[in-house]
Amino acid sequence: MNINQIMFFLFAVIIVVFSVMTVTSRRILRAAVYLLFVLVSTSGLYFMLNYQFLAAIQLTLYAGGIVVLIIFSILLTSHINQQFEPAGLKKVIFSALASAAGAIVAITTILSFQFQATEKAATEVNMHSIGMSLLSLNSDGYVLPFEVISILLIAAMIAAIVIAKKGGPVKQSNNSNQ
Amino acid sequence: MNAGIPLQFFLILATIMFFVGVYGFLTRRNLITILMSVELILNSVNINFMAFNRFLFPHKMEGMFFSIFIIAVAASEAAVAIAIIINIYRRFTTINVEDVNEMKY
Repeated sequence: MNINQIMFFLFAVIIVVFSVMTVTSRRILRAAVYLLFVLVSTSGLYFMLNYQFLAAIQLTLYAGGIVVLIIFSILLTSHINQQFEPAGLKKVIFSALASAAGAIVAITTILSFQFQATEKAATEVNMHSIGMSLLSLNSDGYVLPFEVISILLIAAMIAAIVIAKKGGPVKQSNNSNQ
Repeated sequence: MNAGIPLQFFLILATIMFFVGVYGFLTRRNLITILMSVELILNSVNINFMAFNRFLFPHKMEGMFFSIFIIAVAASEAAVAIAIIINIYRRFTTINVEDVNEMKY
């Protein structure tokens, strides 16, 4: 067992254990921190695959951006010491059955499929080639998705501001109805 | 590089992560924890793309660009979702999905 395999299994164990703890933890802030561990280990996997740029994006955008956003909204909407009630037993059993069935089907399919790798040499993925591909119109260019994602990001930014901005007075009747 | 780690290990890891996310999506009742489960699902898809790109088509960069676009979509989705969650909280003073059912006929 070489160092690569040891690192992979370390990351895999961290990811599996903390994913399960993310979806089962009864304190919401701890669930967010476990999600952070999962995302950081995923970026470790990207480093193992030699995609340094994407690992950096994963660290800054997922682990740095989204988790901080989630933690902020947790602090705005719930008490830190509040514990969830455990989900109903029936719900847990049926959800676990559905997930396990899906996982078993997918894993058996993966194990029975013969993957054919190409013989071509690996290209060096550096910042220069990434930037050239993102803005090129050739067959390996991604300028259209790049533009679409730019418009999507602007639309999402404006939408987030418009939705979350303080509107008129909040109707109190909805609360008294409950 | 990648010595001794077959492609299937990455795929199985991503599968487990995906279905753990699905389990969380089905059992959780707080909107923010549901959002965290969706992030788990998107992240596992990214691992799949990267592993396929590195192991099967190392001379191309399609998987990496798809991952970049998925990350961008996930980021904007999280921003809009959290804006909606904060608005719901301001209106209903709860983010439990079972209490937020005003639009249900």
